[in-house]
Amino acid sequence: MLIDASGIVKTYDAADGPVRVLDGVSLTLAPGETLALTGESGSGKSTLLHILAALDTVGAGAIRVLGQDIAGLGDAGRAALRRDKIGLVFQQFNLIPSLDVAANLAFQARLAGRHDPVWQARLTERLGLSEVLPRYPEQLSGGQQQRVAIGRALASKPAVLMADEPTGNLDEATSEAVLALMLELVSETGTGLLMVTHSERIAARLSRRVHLSGGRLGPPVARAAE
Amino acid sequence: MLWAALGALLSHWRRHPGQFVTLVLGLALATALWSTVQAINAEARASYDAAAGSLGLSGYDRIVGPEGEVSLEAYVALRRAGWRVSPVLEGRWQPGGGGPALTLVGLDVLSAPPGAWPAANADPVDVLTGQGVLYAAPELAARLEGLDTGRLVRVSAGVPPGQVVTDVGTAEVLLERQGRLSHVVVLPEQPRGISDFRDVAPGLAREAAADPGEIARLTRSFHLNLTAFGLLSFGVGLFIVHGTIGLAFEQRRGMIRTLRAVGVSGRTLVGLLLGEVVLLALVAGALGLALGYAIAAALLPDVAATLRGLYGATVQGSLRFDPGWALAGMAMALAGALVAAVEGVVRVLRMPLLASARPRAWATVSGRALRGQALAGAVLLVAGALAPLVADGLIAGFALLAGLLLGAALMLPLGLSAVLRAGVGWAQQPLAHWFWADTRQQLPGLSLALMALLLALSANIGVGTMVGSFRLTFTGWLDQRLAADLYVSTSDAREAAAVAEFAEAEGLGLLPRASVDRRLGGAPGSLEGIVDHPVYRENWPLLARTDTTWDAVAAGDGVLINEQLALRSGLRLGARLELAPGWALPVAGIYSDYGNPAGQAMVALEALVDRFPAAAPRSFGLVAGDAGAKEGLRARLSAATGVETGAMIDQAEVKAISLAVFERTFAVTAALNVLTLGVAGVAILTALATLSGMRLPQVAPVWALGITRARLARLDLLRSALLAALTFALALPVGLAVAWALLAVVNVEAFGWRLPMHLFPRDWVLLFALALVAALVAAALPARRLRRTAPAQFLKVFANER
Repeated sequence: MLIDASGIVKTYDAADGPVRVLDGVSLTLAPGETLALTGESGSGKSTLLHILAALDTVGAGAIRVLGQDIAGLGDAGRAALRRDKIGLVFQQFNLIPSLDVAANLAFQARLAGRHDPVWQARLTERLGLSEVLPRYPEQLSGGQQQRVAIGRALASKPAVLMADEPTGNLDEATSEAVLALMLELVSETGTGLLMVTHSERIAARLSRRVHLSGGRLGPPVARAAE
Repeated sequence: MLWAALGALLSHWRRHPGQFVTLVLGLALATALWSTVQAINAEARASYDAAAGSLGLSGYDRIVGPEGEVSLEAYVALRRAGWRVSPVLEGRWQPGGGGPALTLVGLDVLSAPPGAWPAANADPVDVLTGQGVLYAAPELAARLEGLDTGRLVRVSAGVPPGQVVTDVGTAEVLLERQGRLSHVVVLPEQPRGISDFRDVAPGLAREAAADPGEIARLTRSFHLNLTAFGLLSFGVGLFIVHGTIGLAFEQRRGMIRTLRAVGVSGRTLVGLLLGEVVLLALVAGALGLALGYAIAAALLPDVAATLRGLYGATVQGSLRFDPGWALAGMAMALAGALVAAVEGVVRVLRMPLLASARPRAWATVSGRALRGQALAGAVLLVAGALAPLVADGLIAGFALLAGLLLGAALMLPLGLSAVLRAGVGWAQQPLAHWFWADTRQQLPGLSLALMALLLALSANIGVGTMVGSFRLTFTGWLDQRLAADLYVSTSDAREAAAVAEFAEAEGLGLLPRASVDRRLGGAPGSLEGIVDHPVYRENWPLLARTDTTWDAVAAGDGVLINEQLALRSGLRLGARLELAPGWALPVAGIYSDYGNPAGQAMVALEALVDRFPAAAPRSFGLVAGDAGAKEGLRARLSAATGVETGAMIDQAEVKAISLAVFERTFAVTAALNVLTLGVAGVAILTALATLSGMRLPQVAPVWALGITRARLARLDLLRSALLAALTFALALPVGLAVAWALLAVVNVEAFGWRLPMHLFPRDWVLLFALALVAALVAAALPARRLRRTAPAQFLKVFANER
């Protein structure tokens, strides 16, 4: 199991008392599986993804990512887990503005010590970024930036790819192209995918979906196409 | 509406108290350093004015004799011919009971010009009858009262330190110069139709009055130096203010857009923003004035000592509040804040109503802008370098310095950018690659602070090199110049003869010296008489000489002049210098004479005494051949001649006194140097603190990809140190160029001497370490903040923008 989480509780302090954002959430992700995490705005989707990606800490519950208990990890351990095992794609792309496209693409793979020039060249070609390698993020369109973000995440050959509304900032055509490419690459590499989305259409393209509401997960929804 | 809009604008500062403190502190520091200099200068000016008012005699023409004396008969003849003149008798006087010799000035209470007599309401009967009255400044008066002078002693604040004023009759007795006046002063209003004084008293000459602004002019260069430093500090402080105000404007773009959208006109907004700046400037200016007053009060005693040691100018050691410099300081604070704000205000005025509310890239700037700025810097550099070629004087020197410093500062960002780009190319590791690239991206936001650091470091290296070179040259020069082992002042001919006999009996070298005050090259100076002695031939610090220099001087056929007289009067070897009416000699050599603002010339003692019989040698240098002869020399001399030991000073004491004067001279400069570096440190701190709040979106992805906060924080510290180190690398050549400009241009204009430049690598290492420490201290707080940033804060970068 890539991800095996159970009983996740996350509470925030608000002005009128603590707010329980996640209330005993349990979730698994198998190798090669693509899982859509849907929910209303403010339902805690991103919080759950951040916790599973070792970006945020948890109040209670057990989380194992690739068999490793992340609740017991310190700052350095979490950083190493993200660097070595997880690929992250955000809605706002969050590229490194000071690096050009080529350096952005290679950044995480090189950090993880797994830079594979042949694989990166293939990725670059598949993502259609060959022409923009010397450019900087601010010189790219939204679709191009997101493709760079996906390329950066996959260049390190992560075990699991976590994407938070990766197409939320793109128009429909670009969004469709980016999604298709991401699914294709995930399928090619056997990477597990956990994607936060509020789009029914996108969720339907993934193998499985779970719905988060009021801090709790609803029953897994079978793949619509089937 | 106005209040509501102003309240909204001011609420920014409530939300960002750190920024508010930075802005007020920056402007207050800038104002403080500027006001410090202004307060010191104002105090000195007030003292010069007071001195010019009380030095009644120097403002009048005088009639002098060819041999430095005017006979009583000549004076009486002038009076009888209707001339309104007053007698003056000056000389060195050793009061009974020992102690150093004093200058005794004898005046005539009845005919002395207004303001010359030290006691305004003195009763002439008291002065002229009885035992006589001595007037002196409080400290000296107290000492005289303890001695057996046989005269009444009165305190008069108007008498300069070290001088005693008395009636001319009393002076004749005390100086043993009956009927031999030093000169007579000519009152400005003379009766009509009086005969020419040359017909009345043949052989006498008339000298024009000394310029009452002499001291002010002599010290002008010193005050100009201080002003330049004050301006530099103010400029460095303005970098902070400019950065903070610019940031505040950018951060409020959204608010400003909203205010405009709800009906506040662009003009009203500009008015409100300017009003806000004025308000801030008033608060910071008041704080700066208080701070400036405190710093000035602390520095003034050192400044007073400097002016006294270097120029003989008397400045009070305590500071008075003068509304003049306070208003000027406030005006500078206002002007500085408005200059810093003008860019932001113009941007607000031009901002379209529907402009993006996202903070524009405050911390980014295009490569073209960098190149434009560097080009402006290059133009300033060239203009500064050309200044001494097209203009003369101190102003050209300071234009050179300003062009050098500002030009280098403007070129700094492009230079750093180039180095960092090279770093990006060199880096092999991904994190190193990111580090160089990210540092380059931070550059525009930090460049103002780094420019401030460059200014401070360059000024520090420049001034440090100048002072160090001066100290080294001065020490070596003292060793050459103070060749005698003991210096003795005698009060009369008997003592002088006894000293000569003692020297002969003990087999000591005797260096008699006589001196008369003369106008040399049109300015006050002194003419010295020396004997031909191997000590001079071997040691005297000559800058220009010929093979026959000493022979010509010994034969009375040549004159030695000091460097400042040569420079000011444009005299070279062989040029003729008039020493007295009808007596001119060719310049046989030029010697260095540091620490003396006035011109000086040296001739053979015999030639001097021939022309000025009154100038018989009264001071002597004794040269002891070996240590045994030096042992107990003072006591033996005193026992043999009756000269008090207080009238003797040995070489080591003279050196110690000279070096102490030197150190105090540059104490103020050193203090301002350190303060300027401190201001630059604050500039870096504020820039880093404001940037740290803005760069979370740049750091968050790197953190998300697996770099710990601790490592990111360490990289931030490293970045600050790297930028400081690179800035230092540029500051070093700029600082050395500043030192050259100070030594070769400014000092020559200001003091009249040119010094060789020495290099002090150990000082550079120390300054480099100091710059690194300042940068690390400045970066420590933002780095600590980054280290402690909660993951939730980073996550906002990914989640918030939805």
